[in-house]
Amino acid sequence: MHINKASAVVKKKSFLSALLILILSILSLFVLKDIALALILLFVAVALIAVNFLIISRRLFDVLGTRFMLIVVLFVLALFFLLIIVLLNGSGILLEHQSIGDLLFSSAWKPFSNHFGLFAVIIDTLIVTAISMVIAVPISLLTAVYITEYAPTRLRNMIRPFIDVLAGVPSVVFGLCALLVFIPVVRDYIAPFFGVVTSSGFCLFTASLILSIMVFPIIISLCVESFSSIPLALKEASLSVGATKWETVKKVIFRASGPGVLSAIFLGFGRAFGETIAVSMVIGNQELIPRTLFGSGQTLASLIANNYTEVASIPLLASALIFVALILFVVVLIFNICGFLVLRRASKRWKY
Amino acid sequence: MSKSAIQIETRGLNVSFHNSPVLKDINIEIPAKQLTAIIGPSGCGKTTLLKSFNRLLEIQEDVKISGEIIVDGKDIMTSGLNVPDIRKKMGLISQKPYPLPMSIFENVAYGLRIHHGKNPKKVEEGVHHCLQEVGLWNEVKDRLHDPASRLSVGQQQRLCLARAIAVKPEVILCDEPTSALDPIAAQQIERLLLKLKKDFTVILVTHTLRQAKRVADYVIFLYFGMVVEHGLADQVFNDPKSPEMKAYLSGEIS
Ligand SMILES: Nc1ncnc2c1ncn2[C@@H]1O[C@H](COP(=O)(O)OP(=O)(O)OP(=O)(O)O)[C@@H](O)[C@H]1O
Ligand SMILES: [Mg+2]
Repeated sequence: MHINKASAVVKKKSFLSALLILILSILSLFVLKDIALALILLFVAVALIAVNFLIISRRLFDVLGTRFMLIVVLFVLALFFLLIIVLLNGSGILLEHQSIGDLLFSSAWKPFSNHFGLFAVIIDTLIVTAISMVIAVPISLLTAVYITEYAPTRLRNMIRPFIDVLAGVPSVVFGLCALLVFIPVVRDYIAPFFGVVTSSGFCLFTASLILSIMVFPIIISLCVESFSSIPLALKEASLSVGATKWETVKKVIFRASGPGVLSAIFLGFGRAFGETIAVSMVIGNQELIPRTLFGSGQTLASLIANNYTEVASIPLLASALIFVALILFVVVLIFNICGFLVLRRASKRWKY
Repeated sequence: MSKSAIQIETRGLNVSFHNSPVLKDINIEIPAKQLTAIIGPSGCGKTTLLKSFNRLLEIQEDVKISGEIIVDGKDIMTSGLNVPDIRKKMGLISQKPYPLPMSIFENVAYGLRIHHGKNPKKVEEGVHHCLQEVGLWNEVKDRLHDPASRLSVGQQQRLCLARAIAVKPEVILCDEPTSALDPIAAQQIERLLLKLKKDFTVILVTHTLRQAKRVADYVIFLYFGMVVEHGLADQVFNDPKSPEMKAYLSGEIS
């Protein structure tokens, strides 16, 4: 308290003296006509004021900062609700025309006759997302374990940047590679292997494959991060009762980093669920449930990507696509909330 | 000391991290079923020496270890040995207790299940016995399935002790086990260690000279990675030979 008061007094004094010097400088310019002296005095005065201002502005930024942050936060919140309102409002037109039940459970997507059934697309989306996660999760977890626990240091330090770069590659690049590489491989080898000879390669399986590959780097990178943040002493505790490395990984490391692994999986799911362009390049884009995984399909996200160009010519299509967007939004929202709840529970229970 | 009473013997043990030597030519013998204290100033290599006994150093990066560590007449540094079996013989208690991220029961059952079978009845008996042994049973018997992290730090340290003795090791390695505890919890651990030395060889790294004086039968004094003095506690404390030991005892170096 005393110090604050004292510093305030000092500030006031130095401010006053700055003013005084400023006046002296003006006087010396007009009365003494000595420009050099005036400049020197001016410089001193400005320096004093600047120092003062710096001292004040240190607090100033804090004060401004907290207000500003609040504004930013409010803005983000507003954006969130704005998005909901826009989506709800936009799909309203369609909902007057067609019931929700019909939208969700009818398979017929016939924009030209103004009938929009999403059942097939929803099922395709679920299948593609599920398969891609089933492929991606175990492999990425094992890779992450290998990188953090088994790989020699040199290799580990070499691999990590590659994975981080992969995580940031634009999805259209993955889509293109899938188009050039996976489509023929699936058409000529994988589908015939499973007894499907008529596959064009543009199918749910190819889409799942490319999605899982896009999800790998995300899950691996986050898991590596959470595995390597486990204290050495915790591993030592497990090893020193005579557990093997693998037992330690399975029983201790996976559990201790459970929250981190879970959020990695959630994030991967979000990416797979909402991925648009790469999927629309390889899935075949037909709004139906194929008889096998090697038939064409359509996901919610790719449906929007493939139809938005027709919005102008078909009256209700815009509203239908907004409804699809609403579904995407709600699912991601629900998934995030669940993820948050699960995480909170897990990290409470298994903190170390 | 007769040969049969030696639990661990090191011959020319050298350890270096990133090419800087941390332990230099360590030649010591640790008596079985006694309490050996490793003392010395901070950073002199006490923890490193302790962890070399159960081959825990090698999980760290860029560590070089040479020399022999003889346990039960066999050099545990020989390549090709089953390392988990070596570690099983030596329980480790660390400075800060690290309960595994599971329930109190599972913490003790963890090692039991790995080494002594999964028979639920036997596991339960084993857990009961070990918790009793460390004086924790009455405190936790009603909440065995709570996460271990909910225990107090002192209780956690005793839980770690129970986890260690559950696999029936020969040696208990303790790295300043009381430094994170309040005086009463520390005293409990100290008394436990004294009790446990009937069945186990106890090696205790400690920062506090007074603790060493209270409990040690045998003392190893490390100074800048070298064993400057080692011998029976009486002799080392009452009749130190080296000037460093004298200085350490008088509190000039710490
Ligand atoms: N993983 C490591 N990498 C590099 N240097 C290390 C590592 N572990 C220990 N050291 C070094 O080895 C020396 C001995 O460390 P150690 O932990 O064995 O000392 P200590 O006697 O246990 O000290 P304290 O009493 O503070 O616990 C220290 O100089 C430390 O910096
Ligand atoms: Mg130490």
